[in-house]
Amino acid sequence: MIEKTAEPVPVLEARNISKTFKAATHEVRALDGVSLSVARGECLAIVGESGSGKTTLANMLLGIYPPSAGEMFLDGQMLPTRRSLPLRRAIQLVQQNPLSSLNPRRTIGASLRLALDVHDIGARQERKTRVAALLDEVGLPAEFASRYPSALSGGQRQRVAIARALACEPEILVLDEPTSALDVLVQARVLRLLDELRHRKALTYVFITHDLAVVRNIADRVAVFERGIMVEMADTETIFTNPGNAYTRSLIGAIPIITDEEEALRKTVLENKSAH
Amino acid sequence: MSDPILSLLDLKLGFKTYEGLVEVLHGISLRIGRGEKVALVGESGSGKSVTARIILGLLQELKSARISGAIHFDGADLEKLSRRERQALRGTRMSMIFQDPTSSLNPVFPIHVQFHEVLRRMDRNLTQRQGMQRAISLLTDVSIPEPERVLQAYAFQLSGGMNQRVMIAMALANEPSLLIADEPGTALDVTVQAQTLHLMRDLVVRKGTSVLFISHNLGVVREFADRVYVIYKGRIVEHGPTDALFGQPRHPYTKALMAAVPRITGGGIPDIPENSEAFLDPMIDHEVEVPA
Repeated sequence: MIEKTAEPVPVLEARNISKTFKAATHEVRALDGVSLSVARGECLAIVGESGSGKTTLANMLLGIYPPSAGEMFLDGQMLPTRRSLPLRRAIQLVQQNPLSSLNPRRTIGASLRLALDVHDIGARQERKTRVAALLDEVGLPAEFASRYPSALSGGQRQRVAIARALACEPEILVLDEPTSALDVLVQARVLRLLDELRHRKALTYVFITHDLAVVRNIADRVAVFERGIMVEMADTETIFTNPGNAYTRSLIGAIPIITDEEEALRKTVLENKSAH
Repeated sequence: MSDPILSLLDLKLGFKTYEGLVEVLHGISLRIGRGEKVALVGESGSGKSVTARIILGLLQELKSARISGAIHFDGADLEKLSRRERQALRGTRMSMIFQDPTSSLNPVFPIHVQFHEVLRRMDRNLTQRQGMQRAISLLTDVSIPEPERVLQAYAFQLSGGMNQRVMIAMALANEPSLLIADEPGTALDVTVQAQTLHLMRDLVVRKGTSVLFISHNLGVVREFADRVYVIYKGRIVEHGPTDALFGQPRHPYTKALMAAVPRITGGGIPDIPENSEAFLDPMIDHEVEVPA
């Protein structure tokens, strides 16, 4: 899908970014000298366990807080510490738990409408039809606009969260564990929707997760994080057939699997360590 | 399969509400042999956790719960026991491990106090010193490196994985015949989850403890259980030995569950039809045969 020969300007790039949090008695290095770039239309997976710096990275990409050191670029333009409205609009977030990321006192329609109003998207009169179109885009009926989040199932709520991110017509979606709170059947449907949306709307994804089985089926490239350091970055195929890092191998070894073919793959990966 | 440690026969549960009776379990039958590790698999809302709470006798305390059917534990009819007798079983002959270890430990007492409370259920005359020694040996069993230090700590000072090991050690402290594990380790990182599950499996196998393992994660179930029951909307739709069930699922719901799990070998994201009502049709309990 992505041209690998010609190197176009990456849509998003981080150069040597670090983040240090200061506590009363000590400092925590949450992210240490990370450089990565995401090509347009690509799905880059950020993988690691809790405390690895995944969410810190996401927050900095979104501009929620600035890095302690290093720079970030959007379409080749350096991102300032305080971002203007259009810059914020370009990168949108879908969080893990839609029950806490959607306002419980606001109808679905009002939540979607707010995104349109803030960024002044479309003419005022047609925003109502735009809300209906957004719901349709994520496979929900237009009547849902008058409902509250509490009247929706987990999968439906996550679709609303995706619709709200899409409302801003972003270039990049940062997906922070978007399906890990969902049941398996629902997870499969939401993942399929995300995959389809990316291709249909030419979106770029930064997909944060700890679930490597999901990564295998949705990502083009994978960056593995361990305690704030990016320990490996490779295309998805390489990560799963010939990981170069011991931590990556241990992550693959820990995935609960259900078929004999997967068992065989996991075994080869774990035995291959001598090759490196 | 003679003389199971636990058997449920046509277990039904409903909750009385303002809008009438809401039926949650529509007749669950299940048995766990001695030393057997049995999994109950299903999605949220399928009735997994309420089943566990009925076995422990916790839901019986609830006024709005309507329970019928037979529950036999170690030869005794649980419904015939008094409240006190049921209470005496908990933490001694049957015990439970919950999903989130950190929130199921008491935040205001150090670990050793909570251990002592558990151990005193079996031995009223246990001294502080004896309790401490027992706790140290139990924590050593779950491969905790510095048991003395961990015993003095509070739950919030320990990592999730460490708390999970403490919970396992506590649950097995009185050598129960039945351990109920409700989504153990779901709140933990994958590598930590894998480690603690292996540890738990080795320990129950060594001690001959029977286990009811409740989970929505098919991969974890496959690695842990001898036999599997699949529960869907309050009914068992299929059961059988783990390998046979994973090798050849028969019920459309089980098939969909298996198909929905992304594979590390690739193949794309599975296409699961939106209309889940399709699974309702053949609502019977398929028994998967052991292949000859």
